[in-house]
Amino acid sequence: MTIPYSAVQTGPWAAVAMIAAIVLTSTAGEVLTAGAMKSVGDLDEIRAHSGLKGAIHAVLTCPLFFAGVTFLALSFFSLLFALNHLNLSLVAPASASLTLVTNAVAAKVFLKENVDRRRWTSAVLVCIGVYFLAH
Amino acid sequence: MAYHKLLPRQYMVLALVSLCAPLGDSCLSRGMTSLPAISLAHPATLIAAVFTPWIAVGIALLIGFFASYLTALSWADLTFVLPATALGNVVVALIARFWLNEPISLERWAGIVLITVGVGFVARGPSLTERTAPEASTPAEAGEPALGREQAR
Repeated sequence: MTIPYSAVQTGPWAAVAMIAAIVLTSTAGEVLTAGAMKSVGDLDEIRAHSGLKGAIHAVLTCPLFFAGVTFLALSFFSLLFALNHLNLSLVAPASASLTLVTNAVAAKVFLKENVDRRRWTSAVLVCIGVYFLAH
Repeated sequence: MAYHKLLPRQYMVLALVSLCAPLGDSCLSRGMTSLPAISLAHPATLIAAVFTPWIAVGIALLIGFFASYLTALSWADLTFVLPATALGNVVVALIARFWLNEPISLERWAGIVLITVGVGFVARGPSLTERTAPEASTPAEAGEPALGREQAR
């Protein structure tokens, strides 16, 4: 006799592990991708000069981009796995909220972005908002 | 300090970032919840899930999100673009309520307001960190000129 998938209970630690996997891989992927796009330059301008092919070529010839995509792919499959066990209304806000904080820290440390008071305030407001959305 | 004000087309790109991600996630959720539970012991079933209709549509939308996201990251800071993506959570909540029939409480409405205020807050600031000297080595390593950075200023 098979157990219906809706009856399978996911423990809290398993849920934490699933969400942590999404957050860590997503942060690594987004910081690497942002670094890649900054090194490539404004895609709108490149497209204006070299066309769509030129813009695609500029992105695809950046090694850092592929490192970022690898981590984003890992994040995507972590998300698929989590969605199979948890509700979208838990997984999406929880992972997005935590990713916002880890990305702000990573952007300041690795990308040397000016994360000023305005951006921290925004991050906190969005985090609290996402927390409320998750409940 | 220069103030990096966005053009209307750049706001359109950010709007695509905000819309495509939640719509794609909703399609993925719909597709994955209709499948039997997948365990790590059988990872091939996770790959097979990619070719089911809802998952495929979700992936197409997420590709649209990714293209917009990359474009936005090429002329704005990561910490500027990310709050814009958080607007997608508001869309997710509304889709979860009206499409997936999940309940939406007063707390969630409060969350929607807070996210909207937070996004509005950061949107009024500069979109790109001012740098005194261009990082010449990085574009050279990538083999492409950093066209946009100077022109965005």
